[in-house]
Amino acid sequence: MEKISGADAVLLSLIEEGQDTVFGYPGGAVIPLYDSLYGKRDKIHHILARHEQAAVHEAQAYAQVTGKPGVCIVTSGPGATNAITGIANANMDSVPLIVITGQVGSAFLGTDAFQETDVFGLSMPIAKWSAQITRAEDIAETMAKAFYIAVSGRPGVVVLEITKNALTSKTDFVYKKAPVIRSYVPYPEIPGEVIDKAAEMINAAEKPLILLGHGVLIARAEKAVKEFVEKSGIPFGTTLMGLSALPSDHPLNVGMLGMHGSYASNMLTNQADLIIAIGMRFSDRVTGKTSGYGTKAKILHIEIDKSEIGKIVSADLSVHGDLKSALSYLTPRIEKKTYNRWRKEFDKFYQMELEQVIRKDIQSKKPLIQMGEAVDIVSKKTAGNAIVVTDVGQNQMVAARYYKFKHPDTFLTSGGLGTMGFGLPAAVGAAVAQKFMPEDNIMKNFPVVLFTGDGGFQMNEQELGTIIQEKVPVKMIILNNSVLGMVRQWQNMFNGKRYSETDLVNPDFVCLAKAYGIKAKKVEYRDDLESSIEEMLNFDGPYLLEIMVDKDMKVMPFIAPGSTVDEMKLVSND
Amino acid sequence: MEENIKQYTVVVFTEDKVGLLNRITIVFTRRHLNIDSLTTSESEIKGIFRYTIVTKTTPEMMKKAADQIEKLTEVLRAFYYEAQDVVSQELALYKISTANLSTPMEGLIRDFNVRILDIEKEFIIVEKTGSRKEVLRLFEQLKPYGILQFACTGQVAVTKPMKELETYLQELNKAAQKSNEIRSWKLKN
Repeated sequence: MEKISGADAVLLSLIEEGQDTVFGYPGGAVIPLYDSLYGKRDKIHHILARHEQAAVHEAQAYAQVTGKPGVCIVTSGPGATNAITGIANANMDSVPLIVITGQVGSAFLGTDAFQETDVFGLSMPIAKWSAQITRAEDIAETMAKAFYIAVSGRPGVVVLEITKNALTSKTDFVYKKAPVIRSYVPYPEIPGEVIDKAAEMINAAEKPLILLGHGVLIARAEKAVKEFVEKSGIPFGTTLMGLSALPSDHPLNVGMLGMHGSYASNMLTNQADLIIAIGMRFSDRVTGKTSGYGTKAKILHIEIDKSEIGKIVSADLSVHGDLKSALSYLTPRIEKKTYNRWRKEFDKFYQMELEQVIRKDIQSKKPLIQMGEAVDIVSKKTAGNAIVVTDVGQNQMVAARYYKFKHPDTFLTSGGLGTMGFGLPAAVGAAVAQKFMPEDNIMKNFPVVLFTGDGGFQMNEQELGTIIQEKVPVKMIILNNSVLGMVRQWQNMFNGKRYSETDLVNPDFVCLAKAYGIKAKKVEYRDDLESSIEEMLNFDGPYLLEIMVDKDMKVMPFIAPGSTVDEMKLVSND
Repeated sequence: MEENIKQYTVVVFTEDKVGLLNRITIVFTRRHLNIDSLTTSESEIKGIFRYTIVTKTTPEMMKKAADQIEKLTEVLRAFYYEAQDVVSQELALYKISTANLSTPMEGLIRDFNVRILDIEKEFIIVEKTGSRKEVLRLFEQLKPYGILQFACTGQVAVTKPMKELETYLQELNKAAQKSNEIRSWKLKN
């Protein structure tokens, strides 16, 4: 067999894994990798981001939309340190990524060589797994292990640091996918008696509540969950990351959980006698004060990551394993039921929220446009047939609250890490993923609509360059209130309106877009809002729509920090 | 919560891979847990390493930290034990000045069952194997003579519960195989 370079071995490994797209940014230590890529452009499409952080966010969105792991290539030193935020973000939201970083030659390791940082060490607390490769002959085996670890069990980010000499020296290439690793059991077997007990608990409950998390989407268990939910007749709420797991208008859907979630799901959490948590980790944003969470409920936790069981909320019974297979045993064992009276209790709270919050947000009579109006129009015009991406803050919460989802994995947001600047690159990544999707994928021709703020947009606005280079028709909506809205809301509510450093002096976003040759428009008046959104959605190509919105808008309802779920405030005091 | 702090001996079995010590200690650091002592060596099975870590914390925190250690890809298993479930020893070396050497000290050496490793004109080096308590008690006794150097291994421990590593390994191999079956099922469905 002919020997090949380590760089070729990296790319052949990607091809073996069926990867056709990588995101990245070249630099000294990865020149051999890019040289090898040059000869394989017909098999692997490289997306040139404008910053390594953005490249990782793009790879994450690509992974979420395609269901394949995202791959990212960055250089050593600053390339790798720039990627850190993206790595932490994807890992916290359990998205499978392989981040390949360059490294100085192994002879220079530890010498503070030019563009040397200890990426292996830096990545340890924020990645699922990381490895340093110093020899070409280790590349194939480590890549196979990396892919297997990234996608299996609770997915996450694998960081591979490859020294320059490993990329340039020659090796044989034998690739063996999904190696068995005895110390790693991604899908533990679920004992039958646990399933029986779980079924008993469910069948005995009078006021049960199901919580659906990102795990539903990760496990590709939307159908299994739908069957389970519908047979059980139990109302369900979803976490922010699990929003698109089942349709927003499902009759049993009682809304988003947590801090800015639905009034009903939060207020009734402490009335439930059984909480069935499926693929979620009881984030503090969901639970509020944990000692006052689910006070009347037994907790049944179905979760693949053992360290999440009992981490925040202790479980009366846990089903540790893949939820798709867990539900395949559990659903046949539960009784077909309805909980009409219990379900109606949620409606009462929904009516209150509808009258006191939702209508004011989406059919506002205030002089200034409210964020909710824009989201509501996009939601109605796209009818759930869109990939919705958000940044972080008020824009994110309002999009999560008012967009009505219909299809799995059509909501991309930074949940765990809350990374401002995530939105624009994530929208680019999603649009790139569509380009390479087979025609029969339902998402192929969905518009990618980004809701971002003026603050978050500027954290990665350089990605406008990637948009024009890749010719991706991203629809960008900047909800511009000229402030850092969510921090300002907290300053308003908890810091005596002392608006410390939350005012922004902004550029002319329309001009900025035009500098990139991207069509753009600014909306200041409600009368222009709907037609402008329509124009944006109908436009063939990328489009930036800047909507001037009310900076005094507050995202409500709200569970204040330190409060319990049922202390949720429906409206703010002023 | 504060009052429920206990001493735990954490025993972690891992593959022989670079960086694992770092990953394990990160779990302690993130939860602000102090490591009282840490020793590592190859276990009774070639290629498998054993970490013995002593820490003080609450039962809840201990369980959560152990789960997070076991989650690490190359960690085989992580266990934790309270004092009564382990037999532990430490090895300590004392370098003592001979300037104040006297007969009572020779008695001390005999009473404490220590070994003399080296005798030079200016110093004497002795070794004591025993519990932390014994090691420290000897330290206090030797202090008046002038301890020039003191080094201690930290706790090495074996556990009393009978299940051995070999059994765990067999279980893990079975679980890994079963996991692959579930994975194939998932890919098909």
